[in-house]
This record gives sequence, structure tokens and C-alpha cells, in this order.
Amino acid sequence: MQVTITINGETVSHDVEPRTLLVHYIREQAALTGTNIGCDSSSCGACTIHVNGEAVKSCTMLAVQADGQEVTTIEGLADGETLHPMQQAFHECHALQCGYCTPGMVMAAVSLLDENPQANEEEIREGLEGNLCRCTGYHNIVKAVLQVGSEQ
Amino acid sequence: MIPVAFDYERATSTEQALNLLAEHGDEAKLIAGGHSLLPLMKYRLAAPAVLIDIGRLEELSYIRDEGEELAIGALTRHCEVEHSDLVRSQVGLLAAATSEVGDPQVRHRGTIGGAMAHGDPASDLPAALIALRGSLVIDGPSGRRQVEADSFFTGFLETDLGEDEMLVEVRLPKLPDSTWSFQKFNRRAQDWAIVGSAVVVDQGICGVGLVNMDSRPIRATAVEEAIKNGSSAAEASELAADGCEPPADINAGMDYRCHLARVLTRRGLEESGR
Repeated sequence: MQVTITINGETVSHDVEPRTLLVHYIREQAALTGTNIGCDSSSCGACTIHVNGEAVKSCTMLAVQADGQEVTTIEGLADGETLHPMQQAFHECHALQCGYCTPGMVMAAVSLLDENPQANEEEIREGLEGNLCRCTGYHNIVKAVLQVGSEQ
Repeated sequence: MIPVAFDYERATSTEQALNLLAEHGDEAKLIAGGHSLLPLMKYRLAAPAVLIDIGRLEELSYIRDEGEELAIGALTRHCEVEHSDLVRSQVGLLAAATSEVGDPQVRHRGTIGGAMAHGDPASDLPAALIALRGSLVIDGPSGRRQVEADSFFTGFLETDLGEDEMLVEVRLPKLPDSTWSFQKFNRRAQDWAIVGSAVVVDQGICGVGLVNMDSRPIRATAVEEAIKNGSSAAEASELAADGCEPPADINAGMDYRCHLARVLTRRGLEESGR
């Protein structure tokens, strides 16, 4: 089946099997490997992307369900060489250790602040409940999200 | 993990979805947000030959004030129910239970109809619907019919829905003055409940639905009766596990689940002012 998806502002078309998961489509057909696959069972959040501006887990969505929709991946956040404020804050606050959860964590955090720009620490911790960091580096992640919130 | 291959059809109206169901029979499954069905398909516990995508039926995405009741379209997403002022003010328990479903990403995709039609005893929303004495509107070849929550959930992942029918609406009595509590016990924030208890009290009448305490979402009838007859929260909650046959798994044995049901129901009743 032919799907047409706007990924990071660019509209692309591919022929996919209906059973193709969106995360596989993004990584293998759209060749954007910033989105990671972690648990593959909608628990860990490593595959978090935005569909029409909202954070979703791309391992639990079919590519055909994203047909005609707007997808943003971690590659689509920065403006050229200028990092997105959330990426910049993760950099400044050292909000990553091994980095595996980071793309999903950043995408979830951007969506969280879109919906609740003045989120406090508790709301941020709850709002990131769908993203697991195996290094347990949550403290600096929360600090980074708080920093972006206070700058807005 | 990749699901077994299937044919994909995208419905553009409820009528077309029903026609597709009639055409494909038990070979077909409806998919909305897919957050219950897709994991099962990835684990290959479900392998429908045809997937009928109803996720874009805007006509079934709404929250309406209909006098005595709220009507919520089956395709309304959890994030919409959770943040709806109407739901919060009229059926606060449902908003609270919905905010406990999965995590924000899951709530951006999952729908109220999907959660009900899946019939999972470990799911939060069916227990809340039972406590609130809600009902479900089902459409099919012979027209629409309405079923009470208690009769809708018939077994483990089984509901009253026929193969050629689809759930189109969830209806809840408005209870603007009710007090309520949704108690959920789990290991990780985003997990299913090991046990949950949904409690609502309105004008002295109490409703209690239990999560993961039987093969289907169930009502704690003995607790409701005890409260009606003047028992205290502590006395009534002792009856929470009466008649229940909870599952035993890696998280909890049956005895521990029964204990949790009593403790969570007591907390729920107390938080609801009983």
C-alpha cells in the first residue's frame, strides 16, 4: 500500500506492507535513524516521535495509520545548526548518560511543554512517565525540561 | 516484533465500517488507536486477516452534554476525555481514571471505545464505567442498541459485541455533586493496575468497580450494599474481594490481590468522604 507522510516538513511516499510499524518505516524506508527502538512494546518511550504535533510511541503505530499525517522526529527539531531549546537544555544540563533514551525523551519533553508550558517539577516527572532511562539519569532530564519551561 | 500479515481497509464512515465487518466476518478486527490490539498482534496473540481502520471517523469523536447524561463518541481519545472540562465537572471519576491509563503517548492514541471494546479486566476504564453505572451504544446490521456496563463485559477480553457490530458511544449519568476516587496499585507509573478500585458516591449511593480482580471488570456489589445499609468504609471494604476470582501472576497471587482490593477500596471510600 502506498503511504504519503510528511516527515520533518518533507513529504515522502513509499510502498509499504500494512503490517509495517511506523518506527521501522521511519528508520528503514525514510532512513531517519535518530528514532530508537527500545522495548518494542510501548513501555520505554525510546521510539517517541510526534504525529500532528503530539508525542506517540512509533512502535505501536502502523505506517499506514500515519498516511497523510505530519510526523516529526528528533532530526526535525533543530533549525539548521541551531539546536531546539530542549536539545540545548539537555546539552547544558547534561541530561543524558548513554544517550539511548534521549531522542524519545526530548520528543516527549517537547510535547509535554507544548501542552503545559509552565509545568512544575512534579508535572514534568509525571509527564515523562512513558519514557524510561536505564541509566536512571532522570534528575538532570527534569532539570533540563524545567529550564526550558522557565525560559518560555 | 512484527505482526502476521493482514489486509488493511480504512473506513470513511460508520456505515462503511459496518459493511466491511459484515463482509469479512470473524476474519476482521476493528482498529482505532491500536494501543490494545497492536501489542497483541505484535506478540502474535491476535492475527486478524483483515484490519479495518476506524481511527479517522471524526463523526465518532465527541463529548456531548445530553441533559441527564454525557455522551462520549467511541473514537474520543483518552487525552481528550482526561482534559475535558465537561467530563471533569460532570463525571470526575472518569477523568481521573483516564489520566491513569498508560502514559501521555498512549493517551494521545488510545480511545475510550477501544479500551471498552477490548474488555481487558486489567484496564482502568471499564471499572470506572461500572462504578458510574454507564452504558454502551452498539451499532450493527439490525440498528443501534444500548447495553449496561454490567452486561457488556462478559469474560476475559470478551464483550457483548457481536462480530458484525461496533461500539459507537459511551454514555454516563451526569453526577456533578458526586465525590469519587480512583485507586490504582502498580509497579511502574505507566503499568496496568495489579489491582484498582473505582469509587463514586452520589447522594448516598455508592458505586464500586474493580480492576484486575476477576476474568472481567466487575462491580463490588457487597461493598455497595454494605454502604447502603449504613456500614462504615472500614466495614464495607472488608467485603471488596467477596466472590472475586482474581488472576495470580508474577506481580501478585490471589490472596495478595484480595488484600489489595480491600485496602484500595477502603482508601477510595474514605477519599470519597464515606
